[in-house]
Formats: sequence, structure tokens, C-alpha cells
Amino acid sequence: MGAIPNILSVVTFLPLVGALLILIGRLTTKNADGLARWVALGTTLVTLAVSCVLVAQFDPSSAAYQFVERYAWFAGAEYHLGVDGVSILFVLLTAFLLPICIAASWTTIKDRVVDYMIAFLVLETLVIGVFTALDLFLFYIFFEGTLVPMFIIIGVWGGANRIYAAYKFFLYTLLGSVLMLLAMLWMANEAGTTSIPELKDYVFGGWAQSILWLAFFASFAVKMPMWPVHTWLPDAHVQAPTAGSVILAGILLKLGGYGFILFNVPMFPDASVLYRPLVFTLSVIAIAYTSLVAFRQTDIKKLIAYSSVAHMGFVTMGIFAGNEQGMQGAIFQMLSHGLISGALFLCVGVVYDRMHTREIAFYGGLTSRMPWYAAIFLMFTMANVGLPGTSGFIGEILTMTGVYEASTWAAFVAATGVILSAVYALTLYRNVMFGEITNPALATIKDIDLRELAIFVPLIIGTIWLGVQPGLVLDYTAASVDAVVGGWRLATGG
Amino acid sequence: MSLELLVTLGVFAPLLGAAVAGFFGRRIGDIPSQAVTTGLLFFSCAVAWTVFSQWTWGHLEPFTVQVAPFINVGDFQSNWAIRIDALSAVMLVVVTTVSSLVHLYSWGYMAEDDSRPRFFAYLSLFTFAMLALVTAADFMQLFFGWEGVGLASYLLIGFWFKKPTASAAAIKAFVVNRVGDFGFALGIITVFWMFGTIQFAELFPMIAERAGTGWSFLGYEWSALDLAGVLLFIGAMGKSAQFFLHTWLPDAMEGPTPVSALIHAATMVTAGVYMVCLLSPIYEYAPTAAMLIAITGGITALFAATVGLAQNDIKRVIAYSTCSQLGYMFFAAGVGAYQAAMFHLFTHAFFKALLFLGAGSVIHGMHHEQDMRKMGGLWKLLPVTYAVMMIGTIAITGIGIPGHEFKFGFAGFYSKDSILESAFAAADYSPVGLFVFFIGLFAAGLTAYYSWRLVFMTFHNKPAWKEEHAHDHAHDDHAQPHAQIETHSEPLHDDGHGHDDHGHHGPLKPHESPWVMLVPLLLLSVGAIASGFAFYEFFVGHHEHEFWRGAIFTGPENHVIHDSHEVPTWVLWAPLVVSSIGTFAAVYFYVLREGLARRMAERGGPLNSFLSNKWYFDEIYDFLFVKGAKALGDLFWKVGDVRIIDGLGPNGAAWASLKSAARLAKIQSGYVYHYAFVMLLGVAGLLAFAIYAWGA
Repeated sequence: MGAIPNILSVVTFLPLVGALLILIGRLTTKNADGLARWVALGTTLVTLAVSCVLVAQFDPSSAAYQFVERYAWFAGAEYHLGVDGVSILFVLLTAFLLPICIAASWTTIKDRVVDYMIAFLVLETLVIGVFTALDLFLFYIFFEGTLVPMFIIIGVWGGANRIYAAYKFFLYTLLGSVLMLLAMLWMANEAGTTSIPELKDYVFGGWAQSILWLAFFASFAVKMPMWPVHTWLPDAHVQAPTAGSVILAGILLKLGGYGFILFNVPMFPDASVLYRPLVFTLSVIAIAYTSLVAFRQTDIKKLIAYSSVAHMGFVTMGIFAGNEQGMQGAIFQMLSHGLISGALFLCVGVVYDRMHTREIAFYGGLTSRMPWYAAIFLMFTMANVGLPGTSGFIGEILTMTGVYEASTWAAFVAATGVILSAVYALTLYRNVMFGEITNPALATIKDIDLRELAIFVPLIIGTIWLGVQPGLVLDYTAASVDAVVGGWRLATGG
Repeated sequence: MSLELLVTLGVFAPLLGAAVAGFFGRRIGDIPSQAVTTGLLFFSCAVAWTVFSQWTWGHLEPFTVQVAPFINVGDFQSNWAIRIDALSAVMLVVVTTVSSLVHLYSWGYMAEDDSRPRFFAYLSLFTFAMLALVTAADFMQLFFGWEGVGLASYLLIGFWFKKPTASAAAIKAFVVNRVGDFGFALGIITVFWMFGTIQFAELFPMIAERAGTGWSFLGYEWSALDLAGVLLFIGAMGKSAQFFLHTWLPDAMEGPTPVSALIHAATMVTAGVYMVCLLSPIYEYAPTAAMLIAITGGITALFAATVGLAQNDIKRVIAYSTCSQLGYMFFAAGVGAYQAAMFHLFTHAFFKALLFLGAGSVIHGMHHEQDMRKMGGLWKLLPVTYAVMMIGTIAITGIGIPGHEFKFGFAGFYSKDSILESAFAAADYSPVGLFVFFIGLFAAGLTAYYSWRLVFMTFHNKPAWKEEHAHDHAHDDHAQPHAQIETHSEPLHDDGHGHDDHGHHGPLKPHESPWVMLVPLLLLSVGAIASGFAFYEFFVGHHEHEFWRGAIFTGPENHVIHDSHEVPTWVLWAPLVVSSIGTFAAVYFYVLREGLARRMAERGGPLNSFLSNKWYFDEIYDFLFVKGAKALGDLFWKVGDVRIIDGLGPNGAAWASLKSAARLAKIQSGYVYHYAFVMLLGVAGLLAFAIYAWGA
């Protein structure tokens, strides 16, 4: 396969080109909605194809940044892109989920279709930008930029209480990012560079580390989200349209974990050791606490949202475990959760599109009318529970293994999540799917159609494949993670 | 064809069957789905017997087929593999034999069900997971199989998903097993950090040098191997329904009876015993953990037997019996007689599957009646079923002629007596040897009592069904299953009404089952009669050392199996005496003074309610864990999240100013865009400031 010049720029800005095409289409054609759908789908598929080329040409044995593009920009900042074994997989995940989001919105979004598709394409560019940016300020622009389209997606196409949710989302995330910006200024000033790879080699003083670490932590902890700054997430999910939830849970939450791996651990190794007990504490609280909260939810989406918070607890504790198992497991858990939570929100979308309610009590007995849906929902429920053979298991067992070395207590409490996830997930499944159909409104509900099946199939394949052959991911991340973990251990003498 | 390839095909054949029936069952139809799954299972069974016979009578050496890599991170290395040694050869035979016969039996038993492809797909899926479990060469694949069988068990217990009791039982089984897996997972991780590997072949040789060292866990210093052993055993307790984690097994009887026979009697529930035997290298150096296993097994053997005395649902009696027999296996393993534990696992699989399938034949013949109080006098109408149930009962009660030189009896006689003799012999090494010996002895009497009670209530006595059943049998009340165990009507069809070939509404006419059900019963009867006699020498007799060939590790000081052949004569005869007492008690209460036991039960009394309520475990657990989790969940949600976090955060002071702004904005259209724009400006402004500040 021939090399594509500036492939990272191409993959990053392709969606933006699609967005422009849709804008032009609105000015020139009558059926702008139909055109917008097809252009969006085409653009995201082409982006997916290009990122597949990217992955194919990537050399996973090297920890170095690859496909680097570096140009002077303005005021000392640079246009600096590159990917390593970690970020390239997030680029792929993003490119993989976007066509699914577009297809999932195909018939359900009827208002302002053009704006909707543009918002998703812009969001894709910004998210891929976050994963490819290697310059502090470029990263910051992409990172903060994602807020805007997401805010709009929730605020315009969301549910009845969307304004509250959109502001809660905005308020939390902005709070963190102000601190992050200040930290970046400090770093650029002190180190004299805005290049992230160079900053990774720069050694900050102990006191500076502990302040800077906290500033980044504030921003990323909100994004994850970690307990106790998680309460924006259930509201955002409940109000967001289905595809919005998919992108939110599938990708935007991962920006936090990616940030920890990009900034906190390699740049502030001493502080990462210092604050490790804090991270572990918050993580295991997230796992046990939000699992119990999830158990009591009456809204399907809210339940899955809380379950996301619990699963992100495994990620944060794994990142700071200080060994390969922990960090590899955390990355795997993020990618796997991108597939599983995305699929679960799509599952909710299936019944929501038919019945326009997410109240658990409204449903019951769907299995007899929707056998294929029942099988798919069950599969992702089991993946969410972390059943071996699905991708959900790998991340959980690896992060627990990793964290055990650092703290047996943390591993112990985290392991309760194994029990609790079964409690809430299977209870949900029973209440929605098992029993007799007692609600007359459900008597004629239809099983999934071909379009919906086509949306689920790639997610099913991905979840099982990664569950049986996790090496597909782990082999890519190994070299980069070894570099990060090795660097951390070296820096702290551990 | 090489044996490696054959074994690989044998392990994966059930998965193929499950996929075909699961994905294409509706398209290809019921009979083809059944034929494919059953045919592939018989193929696996043939492979298993090939391996087993080559192992037992040939000179097969242990080998491992590497299939594919699984999880590889640093030292955490695991592979998909098929490990063949004595232990897995035994398990392969047990699993595939019972499974193929259960597949066949289900042709008849499930004939009226509308979702047969789904049923057969689940059965085959289960079998695959179980084969993956027993052939694992490292902890990760073991765990995969472990949870895989749990999934299949969940699916099959909840097979009649419209029944609320079935779906509740399915969740209970999964969650209680997860409690076990919580310990199991921590155990695996502990082993990993202790030894730097999760591969059995690398791990086992390293264990001896760890003996006596310490390990820090949860802030305490533990004996390393005891800690690992106990954590892993918690997993076994869940899977094998041992005391404290047993509560799911009786409820699992909500599943179709072939499932109970396969999963909840013969195979899955014995996975815990298998694991302990497989990990004998650990337990041989973990005396405290081994003692805990022995005590837990002993208590379970006794506890479940007492509860079994007072149950009236035919399946629940057998379920508690299973629980109790698993207890025997565990205490055998706990005192170091792993060979005896595996032997009992082996024979028990045949006679317990026989008893369950026999009970299924009764239930089938009685048109889905499970309450033994509504049965009686069935021996004339179900002669074959009666005969095989007699065989099964003689096998489980362990009636036989004991002796040092010559002994003869049905399967259970050999294995149970071997366990009791080992326990007695173990008194020299293990402080709990005598304790579990006497518990096991006493429980043997209870076993005889409840087993014969079942036979008498079902097949003898005056028929209790003619007049009672005229009104009770109507199939149209399937739609609302009753909450009480006694009145469960088993098959519940997808449409709730069913195309029942014996959907008559007149008085009940119990009938013998079709041959497709009786043939598996007869074949299992062969096992229940002969598996003890035929394999005694190999499992625990003079050839045991050659038979196991290192698959079971016994420490240099462990001579339990050897010593078990030299116990005093009274120890050999004691089980027979105790079983006979139990048998005579059953004869007295249920044959000679028919109706006496029933009147006593109806009069009640604290002991009776204590036993029939299963020691109130469900009530206590419901209060402690279910209600506790709900209360905590509500507390965290409504107080933690809503009142404290949101109250102080976004809904508090900071939020108030924005909220009024938002209210203002609501008047206008397109307000969201405005805010998005303002936000964008804000971000841009901050950025501009940032760049300016840094550039300066």
C-alpha cells in the first residue's frame, strides 16, 4: 500500500471536509437532509478506511511517535502531530464508532439533520485531533473544542431536560480545563517548549509536579468521570440522543484516561506516586459506590451511565498501578468500554425509538417479541459484566492484577465490582427482557430490523474478537506502555 | 489422524453445534438443530473415550495442544490450549458422556417445547465451556471455562424466561457464583504475583520452595500458600455450592430437568472439586487451606443431607443430595485423598445424572408434577423408570459387601467408602480427619433415608394423584406460574399455551417415557452399576499411581490413599450399618407406617420448619445482602449524589447564577447556539490570553 502523505492531517481533517461539503450541499440542493446523511456516512467510512491504512503502516514494535508532522505555527506553538501505539488505537476507535453513530441516527433524527451531521463530523475531527496532537496548545484547542459540538448535540437534539444537562456538562468540564490551561502555561514557560515529547523528557521539580499534576488531574478526572465529579454524566447521557451517548461514553470519556497517560504519568512521575493513594481511593469508591447506585436506577440509560463510571474506575486505578498489566489493562478497558457501552446505549436506543421511554418499569418480557434483540442485548450485558470471552473481561482482570501489586486493598475493593456489576446488569436485563409482556403497549413491538442489525454486527465482532484475541490491542500498546511505565519506574527509582 | 487434532476437534465440536443451532436453528428447523448438536456431542464423546481408554489401558503420555495465544502482558502469559492428563481425561469422559446422553434424552423431554434449537444450543455451549475448563493449561482459560459454564447455567436455569421464579433463580445462580469468582480472581492474581506465572506447568514445580513463606495481603501477613489456597477455594465453593454459597443450587432446579442432570449434578458443580484436585500441588503445602476445605465439605455434606430430609419437591431432594455428595468430595480432597474425591466425582456423575433424568422421566410421566406428595404407586405404570431409579438409589446409598480383599457393590459404594476410609486413615495426619469421618458416616445414614424416602413416596405408597389432579392439571394456567415450589408446572412454552401432545384435561394418567428418554437412562444405569467396580483399582486401588501419573500431586508425607486400604475392619462395615439404619427408617416411616411421616410433617414443630426452610439461609441472605445493597444504593444515590455532591456543586451557589441566565435564555429561540457561541468565544479568549502570556 502506498504511503499517504501527511496521513495524520488527512485522517484528522477529513471529517471537517465532509462537514464543508454538507454546508455547500445545503446551499445548492433541495434534499439537503438526505445528502447530509450520505455525505456524513461516506466521510466517516473514508476516515475509517484511512485510519485502517494508518494502523496497517504503523510499526508496533517501536515506542516512538510515528507519522510525525511538525511545522512552526504561531507565537512559538507548533502544528505537531504524531501517534504512538496508544493513541493510534484511539484514533481507530473514533473512526470506527462514527459511522455507527451516523447510521444509528439515520431515521431517528428528523430535525436539523444538516446541523446534526455537521456537529458529528466536527466532533470527529476534534477528537482525532486530541489523539494526534503533540503540541500543548494544539492539544488544548482540540480538547476544549470537543465541548462545543457535544454541548450542541445534547442541547439541541436532547430530551426534555436537555438544557440542565448541557450546562451541567459544560460547567464541570470547563472548571477543569481552566486549571489545565494555567498548568500548560506554566509548563511552557518553565521548559521553554510546547512539544509534548520534549516535555516528557523535561524533569519538573517536586513541588511543581505536585501542583501541575493536580491541575491536569482536575480536568481529566471530570472527563473520565471520577467520583465525586461524576454526576454530570448520568444527566448528560439521559438527555443526549442515542448517538450522542455512544460518542460520549465511547470516546469522550476516554479523553480523560488518555490525558493521564499522556501528561500525568510521564511528565509528573513523582507526583503520580505521591497522589497514587488518592487515585486508588477515588477509583475503588467509583467502582463500589456507583455500582450500587446503578442497581437502584429506574431509567435504563441512567443505569448504564452509572455503570460507565464504575468501569472507568478500573481505568484510573490501572493507569496509576505502575506496571504493564495495570496500564495495558486500562487502555484495553477504555477501548473495550468504547465498544460495549456504545453498544449498550444503542440497545437502549432500539427500544427508545419504538416506545419513547427509558423507564425500566415500562418494559418487561421483550424476549418473546424480540428474540434477536434479546440475544444482542444479552451479549453486551455479559460483556459489560466482564464475562471472559468478551473484551470486558480482559481490561478488568489486567487492571486488577496490576493494582494488586501496588495495593491489595484497592484490588480487593475493585473485585467487589465483579459481583456488583452482575447484580445491576442482570437485574436490568431481567426487568426489561424476561417475564410475560404485561404492558399492552409492548404487544406489537417489533424486533430489530436490518439497519439496526448492521449497526450491531461490527460491535459484536469487535467485542468477541478482542475478548478472545486481546493481543490485537495489547501487541500495539506494549512498546509504548513499556516506555511510559519504564520511564515512570526509572524516574521514581521504583 | 493425530490424537492432538482429534482432541482439538472433540473440544470444539460442541461449540460448532451451539453456533449452528443458535444462529440458524430457526431457519434449519428443530430436528436438524437437535441432530447436529447431538451428533457432534456423540463425536466428542467418542473422542473422550478414545483418550481415556488410551490413558487407562494404553501408554498415553500427558500432552498439551497449543491452540492460540490469549492474554500476554509482561509475565502474565496465557494461551488457549488443550491439556491432556489423567485429570482432564477423566473429566472429558464424564462431561461428554453425560452431555451426549442428556442431549439425546432431551429429544423426548423437550419435545413439546417451542424453543428447542435454543435449548440444544445452550446445552452444547455449556459443554464447550466445560471442556475448555477441564483442559485448561493456565488460570486464564480455567477462568474462561469457569465463567462460561456459569453463563450457560444462567441461560438454562432461566430457559423458561417467562416464569419469574426461573429468571430470579438464574440471577441468583450467577451472582452467588460471582461471589465465589471474586475470591477466585483474587486468588489467581495472588498466585501471579507470588510466582510470576499463571501457567500450571511452570507454577507447580515452584510451589514447594514457597512453603512456609509469608505474603502480605490487606495489611496482614499470611502464610503465602494458605492464602492463595483459601482464595481459590472460595471460587470452588461458589461453583460447587458449598456451605454459605450453596443457596443458588436448589433454586437452579427451575431449569429443565435435563439441565439439572447435566449441569447441576454431574458436571459443572463438580468443577470446584476438579479444581482443588488439579491444584493439589498448592493444597499439599497449604495445610490450613486444606483443613478449611475438609471442614467446609464436611459441614456441607451434613447440612445438605439434613435439608434433603424434609423436601417434598422431587428435584430439590436430589439437588440437596448433590450438594451433600459434593461435600464428601471436598472433605476427601481436604484430607489429601484427591484420588478418592475424583473417584466419587466420576461415579457420582453417572448415578446422579441417572437419578435426575429418572426424576425427569417421573415428572414427564406425571405431566409436570414435581411434588412427591402428589405421586405414589407409580412403579407399575413406569416400570423402566422405577427400575433405573432403584439402581440409582442403590448406587448412591452405597449398599455393598465391604472387605479388604473382596468387595462388591454399585458405583457409589466403592467411591463413598473409599472417601470414608481415607478420612479415617487421614486422622494420622490431619486434625480434622476423624471429624469428617464421623460426619460423613452420619450423613451416609441420612443419604439412605432421603434417597429411599424419594423412591417410596414416588413409586410405592397409595397413589395420591387421581382425584387431586383432575383440576390442577389444566395447561392453560401455565401463563401464571405459581409462586410455590409445590405447584410448579414445568415446561412453559414460548406462547404460554403450548402444543402439548398430552394436553388432556381429564384425570391424570401417568405414563412411561419414550425410548429416546429410556435409552440414556439404561446407559447411565450401566455406569451407576459398574463404574465403581470397573475403575476402583485405577482411581484409588493398587494401580492409582500409574493411573494418575503425576496429575495429582501428593506430598512426601501424604500416604492417605495407601493407608485407606489398611483401616480396621469396623471402618469398612460402619457405612453399611449406618446406611442400613437409614434405609430401615425410611421403610418404617414410608412403607410400614405409611402416612406417619406426613402427619408428623403437617404437625410441624421447630425442627421440621427449620429443615424445610433450609436453615433460613435465604431469609438471612435476603435481609443482609439484597436489602442491604438496596439500602446502600439508595443512600449513595439520593443522599450522596443528589443531596451532597449536586447540592454542594452544580445545584449550589455556582449553579444559581447560570440557572437564572438559562431561564432568561429560554424565551429566545436558538438559545443553545448562543451559548455555544459564547462558550467558543470564552475558550478562544482564554487561549489568546494564554498565548499572549507565554509569548511575552
